[in-house]
Amino acid sequence: MVDFGFAPIEINIHDLDKADLRLSAWISERDETFKLCIACGSCTATCTAGKFTKFSFREMCHSIRRGEISEAIAESEKCMLCGKCTLACPRNVNTRNIVKLVRKANQNFKV
Amino acid sequence: MKYHPFVIPFSIGLAFVILYIVGMWTFWIIRLSRREQKIVWKRLFSFRTIEAMWESMMEGLFHRKIFKKHALLGYMHMSLAFGWFMLIVLGNFESRLYPHGNINPPFYPIFFEFFRHDLSPLREYEEIFTFLMDFFLLLVISGICLAFFKRIKSRILGMRRTTKHILIDRIALTSLWFIFPLRILAESVTAGLYNTGHFFTNFLGQNVIYNLPLDQLYYPAWWAYSIALGMFFVTLPFSRYMHIPAEILLIFLRKYGVKEKEAHSTFTKIEQSACSRCGICIDSCQLSTDLNINDTQPAYFIRDLRYSQPNERMRETCMMCMRCVEACPVGIEIAAMRRNERREHQIFSSTGYEYLNGHTYPKAKVAFFAGCMGHLTPSVIKSTLKLFDAAGVDYTFIDKDGSICCGRPLQLGGQEKAAKQLIDKNNTLIHNTGAEVLVTTCPICAREFKQNYHLNIPVLHHSQFLLQLANDNKLKINKSELNIAYHDPCELSRGLGITKEPRELLEKVGNVVDPTKQAKNNSLCCGGSLGITNISADQKKAIAASTINQITNSETNVVATACPLCKKTFNSAQDEMPIKDISEILVQNLNHTDSKNPAQVKESKVTVSV
Ligand code: SF4
Ligand code: SF4
Ligand code: SF4
Ligand code: SF4
Ligand code: SF4
Repeated sequence: MVDFGFAPIEINIHDLDKADLRLSAWISERDETFKLCIACGSCTATCTAGKFTKFSFREMCHSIRRGEISEAIAESEKCMLCGKCTLACPRNVNTRNIVKLVRKANQNFKV
Repeated sequence: MKYHPFVIPFSIGLAFVILYIVGMWTFWIIRLSRREQKIVWKRLFSFRTIEAMWESMMEGLFHRKIFKKHALLGYMHMSLAFGWFMLIVLGNFESRLYPHGNINPPFYPIFFEFFRHDLSPLREYEEIFTFLMDFFLLLVISGICLAFFKRIKSRILGMRRTTKHILIDRIALTSLWFIFPLRILAESVTAGLYNTGHFFTNFLGQNVIYNLPLDQLYYPAWWAYSIALGMFFVTLPFSRYMHIPAEILLIFLRKYGVKEKEAHSTFTKIEQSACSRCGICIDSCQLSTDLNINDTQPAYFIRDLRYSQPNERMRETCMMCMRCVEACPVGIEIAAMRRNERREHQIFSSTGYEYLNGHTYPKAKVAFFAGCMGHLTPSVIKSTLKLFDAAGVDYTFIDKDGSICCGRPLQLGGQEKAAKQLIDKNNTLIHNTGAEVLVTTCPICAREFKQNYHLNIPVLHHSQFLLQLANDNKLKINKSELNIAYHDPCELSRGLGITKEPRELLEKVGNVVDPTKQAKNNSLCCGGSLGITNISADQKKAIAASTINQITNSETNVVATACPLCKKTFNSAQDEMPIKDISEILVQNLNHTDSKNPAQVKESKVTVSV
């Protein structure tokens, strides 16, 4: 490999062809608004749980899309279902429902 | 003659239904918890029993609550229940008065006209009995006609939708509807032949059907009547009509203080059976009226719970707004049942919020909690605090730099264990402020703090607290010409029963107009409810728009809310009507010249340790 003096860090590479998109498909099937997210971060900016921890709904969605299923499931537990994000989201993503779906996936869906 | 084989279907049915009901009642009573059984025994010989008897009569026979809702609908239910009851009672009296041997089998009074053609031994009572029996038969028939009519044109009886019934209900319903026309036929034929009736059956028998071969119709008519009765009795325990015996037991137990618990119990089973599937809850539900979702309302939810298990859609498709609870004539604790059903499905683990560490806030007399929804509507916080300052309140804003959610959204979703963690954290936080009263602008939080925190200080919604300040002359408000439509938030009105204070407060600023009956305990939900997650943003907006439409008229200048979530939801659904929190309206009309501190938000020192 040509040495440019910088290189991608191996663990940060996401090969979407290899990603495990089962959870993403499972959720999209049950709540179409999952597809509407534009990762604007309004949800994260307002998040009640985000005041205390790194939890971010936007990042959780990213994880799901990248196939990091167990990370997403673990993160989802931090949400308090308070609903601020739903009201803040400009794309009308049904955020609380998606968090609940991720939680249910934890039970219904062997990763 | 005191017997004929046609009485067999009736007798079998009656024996079966009586055994079943007695068996079921016994089973339910012994399955109540020990504590419940204890309170029932303790209160059995008290005034409560008399009250329960009275209520059973008023609701079971006269259907008072349905009458209040719609007179014709009430009449329909009353004529059936009371009419039939009277026929049974009078029939029994009549047959007892008639001189005969001691044995009086149960079928004897029911088929009395068949067995006795010469009623003269009843002497002067003959006329009264035959008249009354005809009168009540006519009353029942009028009810049946209305019930039939309701299936075709329910609106005349004040119902948009009638319940869609399952097979067993249809069989029971059909047999019930057949009972009385067949009774008329049997009695009219008998009256035509033997003059045993009065103005109604005699008239029918001797003037209307007199040309028919009455002799040949005689036995088949009585057979058919008996079969219809038997059929109804046999299907009763498995159909909606089980509500008749179950409701009586329910009324008594409720009077003694038995209620829904934190999980399904035997009492839930009684409540399930006491639901008549009258469908009144369907019309009261905005998911039905505004979104055309007509299959998840209590009539169906409870039905599924009784026969098997409600599926996920059934369990989740409900705003938990409790309008149906308010409307249910049987007084079933529907919201509690749905909550318990949700609780059976825990999806959050109880360790999820270990990241919460605790806060310290300055101490003060009043702890003010804005809550998640409060933080989304900063103008509400600002004006509330301005009012506090104007009145010189010593307060500390305990979630200024971010709050822990009060836990109600989790609880509405049945996530009891997870909510418990938040409750514990908040409890410590509130306790540490040393405050003497907790005030919140959000009814959702207020309800949670009041009902699930067991705090040892009073919890006030800001409408209550501000009213106290105004009444104590600490807040001076100018009265204006504003026409205000006040919207009662579900959690405040039905949840906490607070409907007077906000109105009283608003009366100090302008005129409160309630252009609709959908106010106070009957108030409409804004649609933004945190109790539901499976309807879309557009559907929520549709509910909000319809609510605004119904609670305002051309005179309305502003809609006053007392819930930050309602304010948000209404604003996202329409632009025409200004929506303001009570505190915002008050601030605009604050009499500054009089107040102690010219309004300025106090900067309270806050530290959050994470
Ligand atoms: S606010 Fe909505 S669109 Fe923006 S990141 Fe969050 S979910 Fe996605
Ligand atoms: S519902 Fe969950 S993700 Fe949304 S703001 Fe509240 S805590 Fe954050
Ligand atoms: S829950 Fe109440 S209102 Fe609804 S069908 Fe049953 S009895 Fe009627
Ligand atoms: S609680 Fe509200 S949304 Fe749920 S069924 Fe009753 S009326 Fe409908
Ligand atoms: S936001 Fe208000 S009206 Fe809407 S569900 Fe909550 S309390 Fe009820």
